Amino acid sequence: MNEFIQFLHEPLAQRSLWACGVIGFSNGFVSALVVLRRSSLQIGTLSCALLPGIALAILIFGLFQLSILLGAVMAGLMVGLGSLFVSRTSRMDHDTALSVLHTTAFALGYIILIGLGLQQKVDDWLFGSIMSMGNADLWIAYCIGAIAVLSITALQRPLLIALFDPRAAATMGIPTRALNYGIFALIILVLVSSLQAVGAFLTLGLLVAPAATMYLLTDRAAWLFWGGGLIGGLGAIAAFFLSFPLGWHLGATIIVVLGTLFLLAYIFSPRYGLLRHRKK
Amino acid sequence: MVNGQHDHICWGGGQHHHTHHHLVLRGVTAGYASIPALDAINLQASCGHTLALMGPNGAGKSTLLNVLAGLLPPWHGEILWHNTPLAEHRHEIAYLPQRSEVNWQFPITVRQLVEMGRYPAVGVWNPLRQHDREIVEKALCTLGLQDLQKRQIGALSGGQQQRCFLARALAQEAHILLLDEPFTGLDVPGSEALAALLRSLASEGRLVIASHHDLATAPQIFDQAMLLRRQLIAVGSVADVLTPENLNRAFNRA
Repeated sequence: MNEFIQFLHEPLAQRSLWACGVIGFSNGFVSALVVLRRSSLQIGTLSCALLPGIALAILIFGLFQLSILLGAVMAGLMVGLGSLFVSRTSRMDHDTALSVLHTTAFALGYIILIGLGLQQKVDDWLFGSIMSMGNADLWIAYCIGAIAVLSITALQRPLLIALFDPRAAATMGIPTRALNYGIFALIILVLVSSLQAVGAFLTLGLLVAPAATMYLLTDRAAWLFWGGGLIGGLGAIAAFFLSFPLGWHLGATIIVVLGTLFLLAYIFSPRYGLLRHRKK
Repeated sequence: MVNGQHDHICWGGGQHHHTHHHLVLRGVTAGYASIPALDAINLQASCGHTLALMGPNGAGKSTLLNVLAGLLPPWHGEILWHNTPLAEHRHEIAYLPQRSEVNWQFPITVRQLVEMGRYPAVGVWNPLRQHDREIVEKALCTLGLQDLQKRQIGALSGGQQQRCFLARALAQEAHILLLDEPFTGLDVPGSEALAALLRSLASEGRLVIASHHDLATAPQIFDQAMLLRRQLIAVGSVADVLTPENLNRAFNRA
């Protein structure tokens, strides 16, 4: 235990703790959009595309600080092109075509990155490594969090109308298409930070579980954002303190904590919990 | 009606109008990709009426609703309201989605749903003023939803859910109400209540346009009908439109 307290005084530990809180918060905040749009599967495909996206970005631009950001943008483009490809191959259903596309892209990305001699980096990108985040990474995470909170808060009213009733929103003059692109861009940005925290395999959990938990607790859409942010941030911080004594991998612990919180809400939520139904 | 006399009370955001409110469609053609779904549609409708859009599946009922709602720009033709393009009067049009298209689990209360109707008036950032709250309150009262206003929308009956969206249209102070198959999935008492409601909204000076697939119930619900099969087959009072000859032309493969 003393060892752990001593470790907490190190700049590395403090940086990681801040990173957990900020990344958890901004992902939790944005997860409300994912849950309200009911597009978690789409986000799943996006996170699958992250690794090949990064491989492509490194092939084109080389490896540097912003490789991950560029890679995420590439992943977004690939998902866009992929869905176009799928809609053209009309003989197959979406799930089938996308499954083939994604596993192939993922495998190719993996081969390319290993071929480039980036074995260590690949492990970080697949499973996350908050510990290896530098000061610059932390600043990027702060910026992404600020952009997410500011843009969503400023546009909350039209955003909620468009998410709930896109057709009526369009008749009211809300630019639903632009908002959709904005949401997609924001999700790509947030994926960049969650990739560093929990890795490509687990980003989906960080981008869905916090707001999904709030969904079981409230009837107010606005609370999904702040509530999701708090659950994401506090959950990640709790995971930080759990992972050391238990010797668990930090990224995986974050997802386990968030998943546990979701299960607790699922069972005990006063409004929509399992036990509530029993009483009826 | 050209002399400037109104024979009805008119809602519609205090717009000054010197003629009776007319919705005019001239030669409206529209479609998706390169496939036309509506061909040279002409229509004249005025407020105070309930108009049923009828026809077989794929006749263009939803397409016409989309065009009127401004969701689908027409390829040709013009749509006029107060003798000016309808697109300039966006806040006067309210679109009510089909019940099956709504995510009823969305975390939103009845009151918040109705408040959405104030968006065109208050915009992105302004808080709701006293005036807006009164309008929301009045819309809730008119549709008998005051006691339900704190409920989540999924916890309501089908008829109540329909009334929530009507209340949003009232809060929007909309003049034209576009409804996509509003009677689908309602039981008989629910349908009768909604029909009475639509008639009373129309009698206050609104124009209610709804797609409707049930030929049997149309005469009891609507006073005007428009029969479509990509082209306009007939438009006018329900009795004049739903004649055996017209129905034959609309529904039988000739």
